[in-house]
Amino acid sequence: MSLLHQEVPLSWYLLLSAALFSLGVVGFLIKRNLITVFMSIELMLNGVNLSFVTFAHQWHQVKGQIFVFFVMMVAAAEAAVGLAIIIAVFRARATLAVDRIDLMKL
Amino acid sequence: MNAPLHLWLIPLLPFAGFLINGILGKRLPKWLVTTVALLMPLGAFILVLFAAVFTRSGPTDPDVAGAFQLMPYAENLGQWISVGILHVDFTLVLDQLSLVMLLIITGVGLLIHIYSVGYMAHDKGYWRFFAYLNLFLFFMTTLVLAGNVLLMFVGWEGVGLASYLLIGFWFTKKSAADAGKKAFIVNRVGDFGFLIGIFLLLANFGTLTFSEIAAKLAANPAWTGGILTATALCLLVGATGKSAQLPLYVWLPDAMEGPTPVSALIHAATMVTAGVYMIARTHFLFDRSPFALSVVAIVGAATALFAATMGLVQNDIKRVLAYSTISQLGYMFLGCGVAAYSAAIFHLMTHAFFKALLFLAAGSVIHAMGDEQDMRKMGGLRKKIPVTFWTMTAAVFAISGFPPLAAFFSKDAILYAAFLQGTGGEILWFVGLVTALLTSLYMFRLWYMTFLGESRSHDVHPHESPWSMLGPLVILAILSVCGGWIGIGDGLGRFGAFLAPVVGASSTPESSIPHLEWILSGAAVVVALLGWYIADLFYRQKPERPAALAASMPGAYKLLANKYYVDEIYGAVFVKPLLAGSRWLLEGFVDWVVLGGLAWLLGGIAMLSGAILQRWQSGNLRSYAAWLAAGAAAVLLFALMPWLLGGHGVALFLAGH
Repeated sequence: MSLLHQEVPLSWYLLLSAALFSLGVVGFLIKRNLITVFMSIELMLNGVNLSFVTFAHQWHQVKGQIFVFFVMMVAAAEAAVGLAIIIAVFRARATLAVDRIDLMKL
Repeated sequence: MNAPLHLWLIPLLPFAGFLINGILGKRLPKWLVTTVALLMPLGAFILVLFAAVFTRSGPTDPDVAGAFQLMPYAENLGQWISVGILHVDFTLVLDQLSLVMLLIITGVGLLIHIYSVGYMAHDKGYWRFFAYLNLFLFFMTTLVLAGNVLLMFVGWEGVGLASYLLIGFWFTKKSAADAGKKAFIVNRVGDFGFLIGIFLLLANFGTLTFSEIAAKLAANPAWTGGILTATALCLLVGATGKSAQLPLYVWLPDAMEGPTPVSALIHAATMVTAGVYMIARTHFLFDRSPFALSVVAIVGAATALFAATMGLVQNDIKRVLAYSTISQLGYMFLGCGVAAYSAAIFHLMTHAFFKALLFLAAGSVIHAMGDEQDMRKMGGLRKKIPVTFWTMTAAVFAISGFPPLAAFFSKDAILYAAFLQGTGGEILWFVGLVTALLTSLYMFRLWYMTFLGESRSHDVHPHESPWSMLGPLVILAILSVCGGWIGIGDGLGRFGAFLAPVVGASSTPESSIPHLEWILSGAAVVVALLGWYIADLFYRQKPERPAALAASMPGAYKLLANKYYVDEIYGAVFVKPLLAGSRWLLEGFVDWVVLGGLAWLLGGIAMLSGAILQRWQSGNLRSYAAWLAAGAAAVLLFALMPWLLGGHGVALFLAGH
């Protein structure tokens, strides 16, 4: 059998999903620019989406795919609200460095 | 028998007076305060008279004792406490004993209320004074009417409270405030004994009702001594506190800081006799314990003599009377101790008359002298205040035991009963006789120093008191003269027969000596005359002699003048160690070190951990996120731990298994 017809094992999808999620976490933690942080969150969400789709395919269950739609919808809403907040913050403070936005600090 | 006597109104009327004057008195006009304050005791007195007449009008019998067949008359006002074996009702009981007490309390109380209108007329705490006085009447009538020990204890504590409030009536004066505190604290000691006695009664009888305890005792004639002695002694401790007997008498002389009508009502006529009343009320208990009875007799005799000696050298007119009161209360205890309860109650009654009179007359003297209480600055008041002089004279002769005045009969009844008491009775009688001599001596000393001779103070102009004060004096003088006549005859005559159903007939054993009672009475009169003679010698004929005598025996005089240093001894033995213990151990160690230290420790831990944990709250969003991720990783690790340790390699996972 050729390599093309071979089924890709489940664990590969999951490893990719974990890698995407971890990249998102690391990006969220180390990036200073608010927009990059925001993108990292999207990355995490999509990493999780990949696992959902994988399992849905594996178990032949449609629920996982429906969940993905939910997540996408929430992510879209979040993107709208989040970008609006980012623009507001930028207008107010003329910076997008998260370290500078520390009004809650004691 | 469901006769409408409305006993509950007797305490409640004065209580209403207390509420009205206590709450509104400051805003009410003075005449209204007076009206309320006088009407309430008057109403109570009329109710008591009504009750007396009513209970008398039962199935009539020519026999005096049988004429009061409606007694004891009980009124149950409902349940109070019902827990386990403890069942206590609001029960008021009227019997011969409580009727006598009620007549004294409301009658003498009313007279003293009237007197106070004149005496306190210019005091700015007028309304407060009458509110307290009415409150006292409420608690005292509750005490006397109570059908069980617990309700009696309520009255008992209540009169203590009223006493405290009235002793410290002029509370801006430090000595008055201290005297109030002293009375309250010393009474706590006695009340503690009383409380233990109540617990013992409940534990051994399962009830606190007087009649049920008496019935249970009557059902077990063989039950004597032992726990009964312990209970009786505990009750005696309570009685010594309230009735100012050895060793708890120290508060009464200081209680003279209160206004004089208070001294007359509370610290002479009524409250201090509560102990005697309590012993007479629980006499069935004391009867079963010869040991407790002898303790009562010895305490009484010792107090009578001890207090009389101290009364000899006092110069404050009210303090002389205070020691005299302690001494006379000792007589009453002596009477109780030789099981002559009717005689004790008889003396209680006559004492209420003449001692109230003495105090009120002394108040009149103080009033006349412009608030001077030192007898050394008086003298020659006979002409200036004649009514006070004559009423006081009646009281002095009455207390000294001259026939046919009141105390002659009552004191003799006690001394006679003491003499016939089996073992050691003669000693008790002799102590009583010596006390009678001393009583006569210090009373005539007071009489001479105050009224006779030349005035020793020139800058005051004595004036007779108003009639609101003199009226009660005259009535009490008549009672002091005639009050003893109802006790003439065998076994205290009509009075003894009246009380017999409650306290038992005064069964004085027949004496082998003929005319013993006459001989003893004669002896008492002789010592009374002797006391008068000595006082006359010392304070009229040779006024310089007392000082010379005091100088010749400086040790003895100093001992007496300093009241045997009892206050100092109590101060050194009890008060100082207690204060030091409170200050160093309780305040210094327990409060500051233990409690304060614990509080500081807890606060310190909270502050320290706060200071450390505060570093987490950096305000840096990414550090929060990092902790979040670390936490998630930790949870994940924890969840995968069994799988990781189970030997399954990562390769297996990668292979899709």
